[in-house]
Amino acid sequence: MELIATTTVGAGGALSIDFTSIPQSYTDLTLVVAARHTSSNSDFGILQINGTTTNYSFRYLIGDGSSTGSNTSSNIGLTNSIWIGNILGTSSTSNTFSNFRLYLPNYAGSANKIVSIESVNENNTTTAHQFFNAGLWSNTAAITSLSIKTYNDWTFAQYSTASLYGILKGSGGATVS
Amino acid sequence: MAFTKIVVNCETGVTEEIELTAEEIAELEAAQAQAEVDRVAREAEAEALAALKASAKAKLVAGEPLTEEEASTLIV
Repeated sequence: MELIATTTVGAGGALSIDFTSIPQSYTDLTLVVAARHTSSNSDFGILQINGTTTNYSFRYLIGDGSSTGSNTSSNIGLTNSIWIGNILGTSSTSNTFSNFRLYLPNYAGSANKIVSIESVNENNTTTAHQFFNAGLWSNTAAITSLSIKTYNDWTFAQYSTASLYGILKGSGGATVS
Repeated sequence: MAFTKIVVNCETGVTEEIELTAEEIAELEAAQAQAEVDRVAREAEAEALAALKASAKAKLVAGEPLTEEEASTLIV
């Protein structure tokens, strides 16, 4: 696994974190995010691919420490992005972040693109979410950009980070011919 | 509130903070206002449901008839 790019949100905050011109030389991608937003409202993070707002679908599992649930993108009426999990805001324990790991296999191939997502919140209360999502972008184009933001366009807080890694198939990272 | 986005160009390694256009800001503010309206509506709906369930339970315990609305909260 090789680091492609990483960024940390500065003091001014940011509405989104976008990775563009993603090299097509890897087999899979992993995006690792630690994020917090500056609103008192709770919110979900979302992923958009190649700047598009269509052809997304997903099915998720969620737990909050006392209950669990499952639902689909069509049931909740969200089709313009893929949920990546709950992002903590200012009403949560201070200096704690939500953590996300997204795995995008065969991102440069010619099939529809899938995203496997797992996330957890750090929150010193009885409610802290765990979230697992299977996402689909029904588009055969290679993935060249990824954008992360909150569903309600809240600002990412300072020290939120995002790191994009490339993974090559084959032992020792070599490409299998 | 920040009206900037972070753009990381993976090819060049350059990271930029780009300001949103006026149009993007207007869209964002409208979306946030609608999100707040939706949140208030959801909370009101949840409170109304909780009140109905409490009323239904109290009536069951007291042996009083439930309204159809109250009965619907108990049917799985």
